[in-house]
Amino acid sequence: MSTAVAQKRGLAATIWDYLTTVDHKKIALLYLYSGGFFFLIGGLEAMLIRIQLMKPDNNFISAGLYNEMITMHGTTMIFLAAMPLIFALMNAVVPLQIGARDVAFPFLNSLGFWLFFFGGILLNVSWFTGGAPDAGWTNYAPLSTTSPGHGVDYYVMGLQISGAGTLIAGINFLVTIINMRAPGMTYMRMPLFTWSTFVTSALILFAFPALTVGLFLMMFDRMFGSAFFDVALGGNVIIWEHLFWIFGHPEVYILILPLFGAFSDIFSTFSRKRLFGYSAMVFATVLIGFLGFMVWAHHMFTVGMGPIANSIFAVATMAIAVPTGIKIFNWLFTMWGGQIKMTSAMLWSVAFIPSFTIGGMTGVMLAAAAADFQYHDTYFVVGHFHYVIVGGVVFGIFAGLHYWWPKMFGKVLNEKLGKLAFWPFFIGFHLTFFIQHFLGLMGMPRRYWVFLEGQGLETGNLISTIGAFFMAIGTVIFLINIVYTAIKEPKVGGDPWDARTLEWSIPSPPPHYNFVQTPLVRGLDPLWVEKMDGKKGMTPAEPLGDIHMPNGSILPFMMSLGMFIAGFGFIYQVDNSSWLIAVFIGMGITLGSMLTRSLKDDLGHHIHKEELEADIKKGVGK
Amino acid sequence: MSHDDVLNPKQMPHDPEKATLEGKNKFLGFWFFLGGETVLFASLFGTYLALNGSTQGENTPENLFGLELVFIMTMLLLTSSLTSVYAMYHMKNHDFGKMQLWLVITVALGLAFLGFEIYEFYHYIHEYDFTFRSSAFGSAFYTLVGFHGGHVLFGLCWITALIIRNQKRGLNLYNAPKYYTASLYWHFIDVVWVFIFTVVYLMGKVG
Amino acid sequence: MADHTGSKPVHQAEYERKQHREEMKQQVISFVMMILFTFVAFGMVMAGVDSFFVIPVLLLLAIVQVVFQLYYFMHMKNKGHDMPALMMYGGAAVALLTIITFTTIIWW
Ligand code: HEM
Ligand SMILES: [Cu+2]
Repeated sequence: MSTAVAQKRGLAATIWDYLTTVDHKKIALLYLYSGGFFFLIGGLEAMLIRIQLMKPDNNFISAGLYNEMITMHGTTMIFLAAMPLIFALMNAVVPLQIGARDVAFPFLNSLGFWLFFFGGILLNVSWFTGGAPDAGWTNYAPLSTTSPGHGVDYYVMGLQISGAGTLIAGINFLVTIINMRAPGMTYMRMPLFTWSTFVTSALILFAFPALTVGLFLMMFDRMFGSAFFDVALGGNVIIWEHLFWIFGHPEVYILILPLFGAFSDIFSTFSRKRLFGYSAMVFATVLIGFLGFMVWAHHMFTVGMGPIANSIFAVATMAIAVPTGIKIFNWLFTMWGGQIKMTSAMLWSVAFIPSFTIGGMTGVMLAAAAADFQYHDTYFVVGHFHYVIVGGVVFGIFAGLHYWWPKMFGKVLNEKLGKLAFWPFFIGFHLTFFIQHFLGLMGMPRRYWVFLEGQGLETGNLISTIGAFFMAIGTVIFLINIVYTAIKEPKVGGDPWDARTLEWSIPSPPPHYNFVQTPLVRGLDPLWVEKMDGKKGMTPAEPLGDIHMPNGSILPFMMSLGMFIAGFGFIYQVDNSSWLIAVFIGMGITLGSMLTRSLKDDLGHHIHKEELEADIKKGVGK
Repeated sequence: MSHDDVLNPKQMPHDPEKATLEGKNKFLGFWFFLGGETVLFASLFGTYLALNGSTQGENTPENLFGLELVFIMTMLLLTSSLTSVYAMYHMKNHDFGKMQLWLVITVALGLAFLGFEIYEFYHYIHEYDFTFRSSAFGSAFYTLVGFHGGHVLFGLCWITALIIRNQKRGLNLYNAPKYYTASLYWHFIDVVWVFIFTVVYLMGKVG
Repeated sequence: MADHTGSKPVHQAEYERKQHREEMKQQVISFVMMILFTFVAFGMVMAGVDSFFVIPVLLLLAIVQVVFQLYYFMHMKNKGHDMPALMMYGGAAVALLTIITFTTIIWW
């Protein structure tokens, strides 16, 4: 039963394999491809925004389309590009880093992906059905509740579906990290990427339900006539803002923490030193996660919460800079005195430090509530969050992809092209966003369709647009690199970087059961410990024996498809109640699949010792 | 452990729900899910508390709510929590028949609760013309209490499916974690209800 | 680990059953307490006790009841529940912040 599907390798078989896979490594690839796809779409939207703002009074795209563009750019980049790309890295790496054969819930892992995927598709279908959402990625009421057409409905349903997927993924990683660690892999021996995945997953668990509720209320108001945000019936629009930011601020840390972890692993590998201040790093990660929940109202300083609330949230916000600073210093000290190798992964990581630090600094400026009355809703804020999100998250994703590419695909990305992609992107990034701080201070508001002539904003905006083109060039070179590497670069072994952690002790890419024998972990940086003892690889913690693996299933795909169909039903039943049929069909498919899952036993299968021995002969085990 | 062991009802260790790795994972994952549900319901409660004054007329909590009905519903749900405890007690003693029986009682009590809740909503809509759309308070009330009711409904379907699916084959290490998590879910529903009857009904009556 | 030899020794099973009975007794006691608290809560409201006093007491009774439910009915007092407790407290902390927010810094 186990390998029957994998034998025939026709295109149809491959597609079926990916539709039904529960293997975390394949799910990582699915996240990577779809996240990459949405990243390109979001990038295209960004370019259109920047072209519109290239010169004063421009009329490149219409005002309405512009609103759709900024809304979809933000929403796509956060929910459909950054999140899945991060999940791609987590899925590819975390089980390997802790010495596990799979995640705790392989079935749910696949469900999480497909929910995200169908949610993202649903959101983007809106382009073709009469207009995308246009109330900003923050979707504030009453702008959103009164937005005509169905754009905002797509926002609500798309994010609800993909948000459910994210929540599932978060729980999965929490349990995986707690229950699936190899013998000897204590909490304080986990690599920083695993640690940050753990904290991030906890943030997902507590932050996403607030978004879920917010989206439900929005859905009820727009589609079923409730009055949560309808002031005429006693509603209150500030409820949305609070719910959105109770979710939203933890969300920005959900985005950055995993990459903090990736940077930590990369710095230590390419400096050939153990991470400086490991326990302080762990502590800082947890502290950031904790504080991340107490600051959301800094997005609402100008709402009128009163001076006491503003002061509390200002102080709490500034406090986050402390653990963040601890991290910056630890990275610097990790490199200090190390044998630094400037690979592409390292280049992105080193560039991250000053870039992100600038973003943190402007963050603290924004956190001063009184000053924020000036900054709020200007390009200064746009500058701030792009410094942290591009300079932190996007740089981190590039660094992580360069670093773990060999583990995922068995080939090192071409180094020359890697650096060639870095420089235009890096220069373009600073060109685009540094100047935006000053545009903001000069009074240019964010989200405006045009700016006027003769207010001194022309040069800054032109520079910003030029920078954006540089970033686009960098991205294209990175894509070329992927193709080039796939065609031209040679296969590499399990440990191309002479690295330190468990994922590098097995072949690249790993066999689908990851570890022939579960490894015994004897310290922090377990592979390095063995190397220092003169050993070639890990010592096994168990004799060679049968391995239990989960079965693939099409049900996660079906459940998500059902939600997708029901999504359309919910959106259009407002116009015509016969669309309720779509709701029933969709929910029927979803609930039917859930029932099937519940009633049909699925005990997984075993890979027998003989098969493993055959694999070892082919060179898998070492 | 081979598949036969997992499905063999005679192989019953001390904590059958946590005897396999799958069971341990389910146990932990489900608890975490409940941690998330806590935030979900807190958001609904928060919304309700922010809007329970926005009644737009006579349909205020004080005028609407009748405590007798809520008291009966509370007793039903609290008791159903105890009956599911009994079910888990018999699971630990490997007495499958009694476990199923107590779960059937749990489902019956849950159904009665749900029946009263539907009656209550019906009553408000038809006697008072108090609906989901009539005021922000109406929206918040039906959403909060309805979300809880939806959880009750889902729990009932889940437990019923388990009872029917396993009736013939008895308890084993594969379905024990499923029973256990279903019972956790049921208790959590009761936890939420405790806050609903306190915050929505009792405090609503006090004004 | 499941023992592969079949049923376990008689005295072991006896001991476990006794333990379970002991725990069941605690659970029944907590159930009685919960019912009692519910009576007190409803009774106070029906008797029309002053709201300034009754609201904090109602909340306190609810919290104690929920603690019974979590620690006894859901076994959070037993060992092996550190992580569940951590995440429930995490959820409760965020929940508390949320509730405070929605009762203070929302527009009225
Ligand atoms: C030292 C740490 C940070 C501080 C003190 C800080 C502070 C702030 C403040 C006060 C605002 C609100 C500005 C306004 O709207 O007037 C803001 C906006 C924002 N921040 Fe940060 N921030 C920090 C780090 C981060 C990080 C790490 C990220 C993401 C990875 C991030 C993403 C954002 C985003 C997306 C917005 C704008 C949201 C919007 O209105 O659309 N920030 N930040
Ligand atoms: Cu923030």
